[in-house]
Amino acid sequence: MIVRISGEGQFEMPDGHLEELNRLDGDLTKAVDAGDEAQFKAALETLLASVRTAGEELPADWIGPSDLVLPSPDATIHEVREVLGDEGLIPG
Amino acid sequence: MGLMQRFSTLFKAKASKTLDKYEDPRETLDYSYERTLEMLQKMRRAVADVATSRKRIELQAQQLQRSAAKLEGQATQAISQNREDLAREALTRRQAIATQLTDLQAQHDQLKAEEARMVEASRRLQAKVDSFRIRKETMKANYTAAEAQTKVNEAISGIGEEMGDVGLAMQRAEDKVAQMQARSGALDELMASGALDDASMSSDRLQAELDRGFAEPAVEAELARLKGEITGGSTTAKQLGASGEAAAEPAAETPAPAQAPVEEERR
Repeated sequence: MIVRISGEGQFEMPDGHLEELNRLDGDLTKAVDAGDEAQFKAALETLLASVRTAGEELPADWIGPSDLVLPSPDATIHEVREVLGDEGLIPG
Repeated sequence: MGLMQRFSTLFKAKASKTLDKYEDPRETLDYSYERTLEMLQKMRRAVADVATSRKRIELQAQQLQRSAAKLEGQATQAISQNREDLAREALTRRQAIATQLTDLQAQHDQLKAEEARMVEASRRLQAKVDSFRIRKETMKANYTAAEAQTKVNEAISGIGEEMGDVGLAMQRAEDKVAQMQARSGALDELMASGALDDASMSSDRLQAELDRGFAEPAVEAELARLKGEITGGSTTAKQLGASGEAAAEPAAETPAPAQAPVEEERR
């Protein structure tokens, strides 16, 4: 599975790590729903750190789509909402 | 659905919009390649913009630092004249400048980080462009093969995704630069109006008062000398000698003839 961290690059994740990512994603989603910026920062940092340590960074000249795209480390709730656009944050 | 999934879906939808696809995969490849080159150029211009803004902040900071140093000198001068009021005013102004300097430093650091990130993103995009050019030619040569279409689509969505990513980084940097330029312009206006007192304008009145601090004793001395001449006392001449030294600096402004009668009296 290929995961992109916006502004940082793409990582190849080992099989079976998705469960961990989903768990961390749950924390991140809660933080965004609550609009808690500090909690969001912490949850995002944990999620990205997990990708960086478990995954292997792909070379810059590798071309291929990612299965998942994650916000950049310095992203704010506001920026994430902007990308999500009018969809709002109600889980679909 | 988790945030990760939704972010991915929307990010990719936006990224793929940057590459409208042609029916013929060969055309799509060429088109995508051109768009990527354009993006790389835009990115380089954006890096230059950020660098320009950063340099502007550096210049403003230098100017403010000069003002702060000058005000500090004036404060010292004021204290030596026992003018605590003037010293206080100089230090108050210096404090306002210090606050601005702290703000500027924070902005400067932000821009520097943004610049570094964009340079890094340009490097990645450049590597992808080079690799894409080679792949594009290979794919165009054997695109009739059954699996070619899938590979072309994969390559194109991969390059589209990278462009979307770079585009997002660029937009963020541009927003920061725009914010910064507005603040920078406001600071220039503040400096020009004298409200924030840049050294050349701001401290005119302060300097005038300080100069007066030096000039006044000299005037007093002259007064005393003239009085002494009229009453003809020799003791006043001695006093004059002493205060004449103290007033040495502003003496350049006070007319020289003041010294002449002293010489006569001494003879």
